[in-house]
Amino acid sequence: MNNVVEKRNAGEESAVGRFVENLKAAPHRFTETMFRSGRPHSDRTRSTFVFGNVFLHLHSVRTHRWSLRWSATWGLGIAAFSCFFVLVATGVLLMFYYKPYPDVAYLSIKDIHFVVPTGRFIRNIHRWSGNMMVVIVLLHMARVFYTAAYRPPREFNWVTGMGLLAVTLGLSFTGYLLPWDQLAYWAITIGANIAQSPREVTDALGMTQWFDVGGLQKLILLGSEEVGEEALIRFYLFHVMILPLALVALIAVHFWRIRKDGGLARPVDADTRLGPPSGEVYPVFTEAPQKTYSLAAIVKGRTAVVGRGPEQTIPSMPHLLFGEAAVFMLTIALSVILAIFLDAPLKEVANPAVPENPAKAPWYFLGLQELVSHSAFMGGIGIPMIVLIGLGLIPYLDRETEGTGIWFGGPGGRPLVVGSAIFGLAAVVAVEAFVIRFGWIRQWWPNTPQLVVTLVNPGTLLTFLYAVYSVWCLRKYDSTRAGALALFTCFVCGFVVLTVIGSYFRGPNWDFYWSPSQWPGH
Amino acid sequence: MTTDAKPTQTARSRLEPEAMPRRDFLGLAAWWSAAAALLFGFLGAMRLPKAAVLPSPSKKFKVTLPASVATGQPYVPAGRSVAIYKDGANVYAISTVCTHLGCIVKATDSGFDCPCHGSKFAKDGSVLKGPAPKGLPWVELKHLGGDIFLVDEGKAVAAGTTVIA
Ligand code: HEM
Ligand code: FES
Repeated sequence: MNNVVEKRNAGEESAVGRFVENLKAAPHRFTETMFRSGRPHSDRTRSTFVFGNVFLHLHSVRTHRWSLRWSATWGLGIAAFSCFFVLVATGVLLMFYYKPYPDVAYLSIKDIHFVVPTGRFIRNIHRWSGNMMVVIVLLHMARVFYTAAYRPPREFNWVTGMGLLAVTLGLSFTGYLLPWDQLAYWAITIGANIAQSPREVTDALGMTQWFDVGGLQKLILLGSEEVGEEALIRFYLFHVMILPLALVALIAVHFWRIRKDGGLARPVDADTRLGPPSGEVYPVFTEAPQKTYSLAAIVKGRTAVVGRGPEQTIPSMPHLLFGEAAVFMLTIALSVILAIFLDAPLKEVANPAVPENPAKAPWYFLGLQELVSHSAFMGGIGIPMIVLIGLGLIPYLDRETEGTGIWFGGPGGRPLVVGSAIFGLAAVVAVEAFVIRFGWIRQWWPNTPQLVVTLVNPGTLLTFLYAVYSVWCLRKYDSTRAGALALFTCFVCGFVVLTVIGSYFRGPNWDFYWSPSQWPGH
Repeated sequence: MTTDAKPTQTARSRLEPEAMPRRDFLGLAAWWSAAAALLFGFLGAMRLPKAAVLPSPSKKFKVTLPASVATGQPYVPAGRSVAIYKDGANVYAISTVCTHLGCIVKATDSGFDCPCHGSKFAKDGSVLKGPAPKGLPWVELKHLGGDIFLVDEGKAVAAGTTVIA
């Protein structure tokens, strides 16, 4: 194509002629310069396309065939990232009109919803992709867990992922306050008081005067004793600055580590499981290389391949990038479709004197709210901390190798997961049904000390049952992985069932109702 | 001891390094002091978000108790979270902020109900049911003469404290 320019006949050159020629060639030259080494047509230029581009070079140039199967990841990590991308784009648009001041905030959201051109649509997209991101990040975590992809050398990336989960939840929690409607106000009041709930324990021990972590946490979060202008500006700052920046930094580490850890986890015998590559794949080395690489000295682990070409890998451009683009488009399509058909809710303006009844947090916190309705401290802080610490320790406690990269891999496998799911569901339904039917300690013996109520409540009982079951599995299969599979599955079931109960079966005064249609009118 | 077999002035070899070479010690000390300085700097900076003066509106307010309030009937001044009761000549005030997670409880004929997680309180504020860790506090009330009282929502008093109007 360069010939176009070179075909010029030197004889008929005039400055104007050259100028016109250059002008004509400018668009073409512009694209040439954009792809530093020409368009990606051959395997070679495809490689340079990936590593010569600042955004793409977090990918390795070639990707293992195992990682490209849909069932390896279901594209969930990229889907989470796509949601984040959509959220940043729509969030910036919302910032054009949003004003973080009590009551004014509510009016500005109302304006965005009813007056601003496309405002409602953009707001809806922002709301639904925020919800989707939470779901997708949780599913992604479950996928990584069930394929045992957290094993060495990927332990640290699992921990980074937990940071991402925390920041994702933080983003959605801080965003929930911004509309300043009744829903927002009371959900955040409850949330802030959960932060204060260590007082439940310090009070019971009579040491709050000297050591009041709870009070301090709430004070820092709200900048005041109740949710007001200080709290709103703080939540806004976290929502649009601090947490997104933290998320970007963590995502950079997360993606970088995937690449440095040798791509995605796969079974040792991935090559034999896959069979020979299809004919379209060019071999990289046509003969076995005769040299070992001094590079191996800086590559950790057993992954440095010597004497064998990366035959099972194919160029990331186009294979991986097309897959990623497909996931990206699907994610956007889903959030747009949701935004067309469902409007983001907006209740009456916040009224600090009258709580919503029932006052419910965003749905993914309703499982927690159900636990909190048994004990503020255990439900809001104690049990979540136990779960987070447990999750963080998984890769450091499970040092086995069987089943890496395989769904439900490891001793026990699929039957164990099914068994645990049954146990997990049965236990949570039984405990909740018992509490709903018969009440709990305080109703039977009103004078029970608070510390007992805090420590022995349906939430801690359930956690205890799950722990016992998983220790039983650990011993039965003589494997940490089996114990982890059991525990993780139980907690997933508990989370799902509690969330469903909190969302559908709890009505005014947090009483149990078979369906929202039976709620007394209010 | 084998000190005489090995003269002390022998040059140290790579195979027998010092336990902690001086250079390493100084290097580590430098890193740790840098880390400590940053940590203290961070903690100092965190004094800023911890507000010293709280912007919350004043919790003290004057209220005129309507004569129509009957014994045992709650009177909740608009925009405030206390319920004021008359019991003959005795007047007292109970906070309506749930001790569980801060929702505003509703005064009913039998006591107080919290809409958020179902705590129920007796007429004197003590917990009957639900997750609330302690009873609703009684708050300070001062009689200013006539039907006028000064309430301080922020100041708890012992349950059962009443003033004579
Ligand atoms: C904002 C949230 C997150 C984003 C954008 C994200 C993104 C990604 C992407 C794109 C991948 C590549 C493979 C795939 O698509 O599955 C990945 C892999 C991985 N993620 Fe995440 N992730 C997030 C949260 C998490 C969480 C919550 C965890 C677990 C606690 C986690 C742990 C991992 C691990 C260990 C891998 C490597 C898996 C393997 O080697 O097969 N990530 N992540
Ligand atoms: S806030 Fe009253 S029961 Fe939770």
